[in-house]
Amino acid sequence: MNITIERLCQQLIEVHGDFDHSVILAIQPRGGSLAGRIAQKLSKYLKKEIPLGFLDVTFFRDDFRRKDAPLLANATKVPFLIENKKVILVDDVLYTGRTVRAALDAMIAFGRPACVDLCVMVDRKYTRDLPIQPDFIGKEVNCLESEKVIVRFAEQGEKEDYISLVSKNIS
Amino acid sequence: MQELSVKHLLGIKDLKTEDINLIFETADNFKEVINRPIKKVPSLRDITIANVFFENSTRTRLSFEIAEKRLSADVVNFSSSGSSVKKGETLLDTVNNILAMKVDMVVMRHASVGAPHFLAKHIDAKIINAGDGTHEHPTQALLDCFSIREKLGSVQGKKVCIFGDILHSRVALSNIFALKKLGAEVMVCGPATLLPKHIADLGVKVELDLLKALQWCDVANVLRIQLERQTIKYFPSLREYSMYYGINKQILDSLNKEIVIMHPGPINRGVELSSDVADSDHSIILNQVENGVAIRMAVLYLLAGRV
Repeated sequence: MNITIERLCQQLIEVHGDFDHSVILAIQPRGGSLAGRIAQKLSKYLKKEIPLGFLDVTFFRDDFRRKDAPLLANATKVPFLIENKKVILVDDVLYTGRTVRAALDAMIAFGRPACVDLCVMVDRKYTRDLPIQPDFIGKEVNCLESEKVIVRFAEQGEKEDYISLVSKNIS
Repeated sequence: MQELSVKHLLGIKDLKTEDINLIFETADNFKEVINRPIKKVPSLRDITIANVFFENSTRTRLSFEIAEKRLSADVVNFSSSGSSVKKGETLLDTVNNILAMKVDMVVMRHASVGAPHFLAKHIDAKIINAGDGTHEHPTQALLDCFSIREKLGSVQGKKVCIFGDILHSRVALSNIFALKKLGAEVMVCGPATLLPKHIADLGVKVELDLLKALQWCDVANVLRIQLERQTIKYFPSLREYSMYYGINKQILDSLNKEIVIMHPGPINRGVELSSDVADSDHSIILNQVENGVAIRMAVLYLLAGRV
């Protein structure tokens, strides 16, 4: 997975150059680890601090009251304004696109971005409910509706980084 | 994914400790939301909430209304003055009529003990008790404990003393329940006539001497003398009350320790608290008001999950 993140960083530099006007925004809770890795690598290459924020989208979701119980929110930490900035949204898996839609809504509270790119570790193909496509993709996966893609990082208390495909019934 | 163990918020007595902690965790997030440049989230977009107040209120009603609007709910306000209640309509009829207009949640304050419990039995909407007579005022107790947790790190093991008119105060009862559930030590202090007879059965200490109580506690939650509820004389005069039970700067300075001062409002300056204490650094009275919005957003959000 390290090689993939390395490649994502290079692709980001290709588009965003020296990151003078770009910020990284991780979608909580699962985008945090990937965004942290990317920001760390980028600041090593560019020799400067890359602004990194964490965005919780729980209160903006469209499935509130359609599930059995409300989701517990995570912390939002966006220490900068995104007015006129190029924003890179980071998450682990892109599936229906609904989380990203909520994130776009949530983001507006912190200003009007110049543009928004979407960077994901895994893109589940042909499963979108909304017209949302990623700009930077770690891996493309084509799998069944009944399956679940899990991305875990060592930071989350695992032995090593891994991506796995499991049946929903088991998990 | 977590939810409350109750369907309505009628009193702290029905809540579990986990429920209170869940409300606090959710309120932490809402507190961050209400300090953003854009303070509104769309969570309760298609929910209609009626604020039904049969008794006067400024803080609680404003606080609920702001909380509802920050969550994007539709809000209707009702107060008993200038309504058909004056023409003799019953409580159940009034609320059923409001519900016939498709309201999902009702925030109610009523002068009678148990009014929200009665409604909860008879109607479908979610009920939030915003104060029923001298019984409970759950959101006030939650925001008081939340403010203590914010100021001192936790409520567990802290010594909290409630001063003043315990007999007529719903804030006192709800606070006692909430503080005990969160593991605090609780004392009540006031003139003997304003302390309920069997209050010690709730597991609280009772103290008649203001100075002794202040020396014992970390947090002083000072209540107002509720003259409007007092049908007989409980003490000779307000002046005498404030001489024996008023907290002023000289008393606090004589203690050699720092005490956090709280007050649920409205303050009668010069009676239970002197102005220099109410406006001092020790007082977290305005933090309580700010936290009130976050706590009420959390309660509304968690209860609305199953509307």
